[in-house]
Amino acid sequence: MTDTTWTDTTCADMTCTDVIWIAIGHIDDIPRRGARCVTTPKGRIAVFRTADDAVFALEDRCPHKGGPLSVGIVHGHFVTCPLHNWNIGLDSGLAQGADEGQARAMPVRNEGGALFLALDAPPQPAVAAE
Amino acid sequence: MTQKLVIIGNGMAPGRMLEELLEKAPGLYDVTIFNAEPRVNYDRIMLSPVLSGEKDYADIIIHDEGWYAYHGITLHKGARVTRIDRAAKTVTAANGVTAAYDKLVIATGSAPVILPVPGADLPGVVAYRDLDDVLRMLEIAKQGGRAVVIGGGLLGLEAAYGLRRRGMAVSVVHLMPTIMERQLDPAAAYLLEKALTERDISILTQANTKAILGQGKAEGVALADGRVLPADLVVMAVGIRPSARLAKEAGLTVNRGVVVDDGMRTSDPAIFALGECAEHRGQCYGLVAPLYESAKVLADRLSGGQGEYQGSVTSTKLKVTGVNLFSAGDFADGPGREEVVLRDAAAGVYKRLVLNENRIIGAVMYGDVADGPWYFDMLKRGLDVSHLRDTLIFGQAVQGALAGGCGVQAPGAAVAALADDAEICGCNGISKGRIVAAITAKGLTTLAEVRAHTKASASCGSCTGLVEQVMALTLGEAYRPAAVEAVCGCTDLGHDDVRRLIRAKGLKSIPEVMQELEWKTSCGCAKCRPALNYYLVCEYPDDYADDYQSRFVNERLHANIQKDGTYSVVPRMWGGVTSAHELRAIADVVDKFAIPMVKVTGGQRIDLLGIVKEDLPAVWADLGKAGFVSGQAYAKGLRTVKTCVGSQWCRFGTQDSTGLGIRLEKFMWGSWTPAKVKLAVSGCPRNCAESTCKDIGIICVESGYEIHFAGAAGLEIKGTEILGTVKTEDEALEHVVALTQMYREQARYLERIYKWAKRIGTETIRAQIMDDAEKRQGYFERFVFSQAFAQVDPWSERVSGKDKHEFKPMAVIAEAAE
Ligand code: SRM
Ligand SMILES: Cc1cc2nc3c(=O)[nH]c(=O)nc-3n(C[C@H](O)[C@H](O)[C@H](O)COP(=O)(O)OP(=O)(O)OC[C@H]3O[C@@H](n4cnc5c(N)ncnc54)[C@H](O)[C@@H]3O)c2cc1C
Ligand code: SF4
Ligand code: FES
Repeated sequence: MTDTTWTDTTCADMTCTDVIWIAIGHIDDIPRRGARCVTTPKGRIAVFRTADDAVFALEDRCPHKGGPLSVGIVHGHFVTCPLHNWNIGLDSGLAQGADEGQARAMPVRNEGGALFLALDAPPQPAVAAE
Repeated sequence: MTQKLVIIGNGMAPGRMLEELLEKAPGLYDVTIFNAEPRVNYDRIMLSPVLSGEKDYADIIIHDEGWYAYHGITLHKGARVTRIDRAAKTVTAANGVTAAYDKLVIATGSAPVILPVPGADLPGVVAYRDLDDVLRMLEIAKQGGRAVVIGGGLLGLEAAYGLRRRGMAVSVVHLMPTIMERQLDPAAAYLLEKALTERDISILTQANTKAILGQGKAEGVALADGRVLPADLVVMAVGIRPSARLAKEAGLTVNRGVVVDDGMRTSDPAIFALGECAEHRGQCYGLVAPLYESAKVLADRLSGGQGEYQGSVTSTKLKVTGVNLFSAGDFADGPGREEVVLRDAAAGVYKRLVLNENRIIGAVMYGDVADGPWYFDMLKRGLDVSHLRDTLIFGQAVQGALAGGCGVQAPGAAVAALADDAEICGCNGISKGRIVAAITAKGLTTLAEVRAHTKASASCGSCTGLVEQVMALTLGEAYRPAAVEAVCGCTDLGHDDVRRLIRAKGLKSIPEVMQELEWKTSCGCAKCRPALNYYLVCEYPDDYADDYQSRFVNERLHANIQKDGTYSVVPRMWGGVTSAHELRAIADVVDKFAIPMVKVTGGQRIDLLGIVKEDLPAVWADLGKAGFVSGQAYAKGLRTVKTCVGSQWCRFGTQDSTGLGIRLEKFMWGSWTPAKVKLAVSGCPRNCAESTCKDIGIICVESGYEIHFAGAAGLEIKGTEILGTVKTEDEALEHVVALTQMYREQARYLERIYKWAKRIGTETIRAQIMDDAEKRQGYFERFVFSQAFAQVDPWSERVSGKDKHEFKPMAVIAEAAE
């Protein structure tokens, strides 16, 4: 797969939408158990790489008070927000435990290390890219 | 009038006796104790884990100073009693202290047997009995080298294991054909020997020591067959002899030990004997369980009761991590005796029961010892086991399964099946019923509480699992298994255990720690990872690769994150002193990057707030050109050193407080610590730098430097304690640095100095830093060593390109993709 943007179609609830996948870089640009940001006109997106090399993308805003999740500590498939230690699930963006809230999650695809982000996909739980 | 009770010896037996006595009859006696050892009562059994590094001395103290003070007991430490005057009813110690008694307890324990061979008195030949022996061994073990342990019994093997763990090459020399022959039959001894050999301990049996060789210090051991084993350390662990000389000289009846009756009374009705020095019904004991039983009887007698000691049957375990061994009773072959044996070669399991007239009289188990307490219980009661005979050897679970007709056993079923009076804790003689009763009556929910109220598992700890099962059974859902507060949900271990195990097992990376210590999550969490990273940085300053992904954002980005996701930047201003040049550079940076706020901090320096992440390296580059380094205002590390103007300007100043503050900051910056460390130096007791609420503070006085520590002025407010006063600036620096290193090595992550000091005792700290020059020097040198790797300005590193990815987005998507 080349490092370019392409389009494909996903179907949810019987309605199909075109999804635009945008190339954002290579998995090795992100440290294991870390994250990098992608700046977009719609705000900053944090792209996480876990210890087992799964990749997730969340809006870089904690559902609590907007803390930058991209600089939190990544453990398992969770990130701990640097401001007040909420734990956020990377797959869903959902706050864990007693806390309530959800960061917007978006799909990432990993094609042999090349990463693609779908900005406008329906707000479904992100898929863990292998 | 209260009677006077004097006790000679402050070991485990009288310690237990006093606990029982204080509970039964508080205030009945005015108690005075003489102890030849210069310390409080500690758990002698646990010297082996101290030797191997699995515990610290502080962990094994049974009664701390406060306990004696609280109970109004006079303890003469380092005072060996040399004379008992029975006519005058007094005892006198070598240091001249005399005390009168109404009742006297002799509890002098045992002395190690030293083989009368040439060279036995050379330095480097050590017995294994008390903490001083352990410290002597550790001193030699520091240099690595070879150790020869003479004696393959319980003590010798534990010493060998400990020394091996400390990095020495170890050989055990044993006279008999098999090791631990008094507790093990040859089959079990073989398995044990194999396990120890696998742990790199070489075992020589039928080896008779002829001499210890060496010029001025031990250099080798010569055996009767002509072999010579080189050695830097020789440990003699060939046996113990009851310390009964004092009693003998006083004219009491003495055999092997001081002879006592069933009331623990010697031939003088006012004098009792207790512990390893006593001989009861022709028997001297060398394990704590029987001593504790007789301690109870003596407490009863001293409080007016008529308790009688009937003698004890003992069982043995070996405290070598990973070796499971149990032995009890008499297991020699003999006429009329039968034996039942079970072996599983693949699993390394061996069990043997010796029966006489359908009663268990001996048990030896290796590998799988879960049923040890069950067999031991039946042995002590002399139960007829004929109905169990066919399946006895398979253990209790099988009995339960057969009886219940169900193949699968619920965990804990074996313990559930135990009778109420079955013994759970052998050391302290605590039955299942007593534990259950204490839990229900007192509403206990944690292991620590059960230990405190019943003593179960509080000595050697090998029955901890059983006690936990009893708790689980009694409490059901309400049972909270964590004995210590765990570091976090990823492990059941507490901070101290984790640190100790990192050291003892030589663990060198976070994944290794998690694997070896059986972390319950794949890669930890935001609580444990920073702690582990610190412990490893501190332990291996030279070759640990700092794991940045396990650091909190501030320490990864070297700036403080703010509520809006921007950062603040605080450059060092050594000792709070600045210059026109520095201020101009700061002003230029503020203009160039349009920094929204400049503030003087509470720590005598300047904070630049509201900088976006992407700008950080450029801001640092400009500050760096002006000579600034990071102020580490974000670090669990050295923060600020506040100073006042001192003797250079102030009319009251006694010393150069500003100069010393700068010197300290330049010496100590960059160091990582368990929590932040703030210092201050004031030029006189007016204390304008607020030294008395700092982690470490100095107040200069005419005669020198008063060093303070353990203050706080944040979430809690606490004035400092005085560490001591020193004469010169060099000494002040050395003491402050040594104290910091002691704190670095011992405190739990996020525990500030005042909390750590409260936990371990300010006295302990004072003793090590003020009174023990060698310790202080050691700490100082280790700090200096680690600074060689830590004193790198993180800002200039990043300006030169390190961690570039932290400051740049991975991609920029210009327009909304529609
Ligand atoms: C900037 C400053 C306030 C100021 O404008 O003066 C400050 C700012 C913060 N303090 Fe402080 N403290 C500052 C001096 C103090 C002082 C006064 C002092 O050092 O003399 C104290 C009380 C003394 C003490 O530490 O005992 C102090 C007690 C705390 C505490 C309570 C610590 C405690 O263990 O009780 C916290 C919370 C913590 O560390 O967990 C804290 C935490 C913080 C944090 C780091 C909050 C955070 O986690 O984000 C603030 C960072 C803001 C920033 O980005 O700079 N700050 N803080 C001061 C920086 C000093 C410096 O030059 O490095
Ligand atoms: C390394 C090691 C491991 C052990 N492991 C185990 C184990 O796993 N299980 C087990 O059950 N047992 C074990 N033991 C044995 C157990 O520690 C002893 O049985 C127990 O400590 C004896 O207690 P005691 O009070 O009789 O004597 P001690 O604890 O020996 O105390 C006697 C004290 O009296 C002092 N003293 C002696 N003479 C005088 C005097 N004239 N004046 C003043 N003070 C004096 C001594 O300095 C000493 O401090 C172990 C022992 C050692 C050394
Ligand atoms: S006191 Fe310290 S932690 Fe609290 S708001 Fe002020 S700077 Fe922040
Ligand atoms: S903003 Fe994330 S926890 Fe408060």
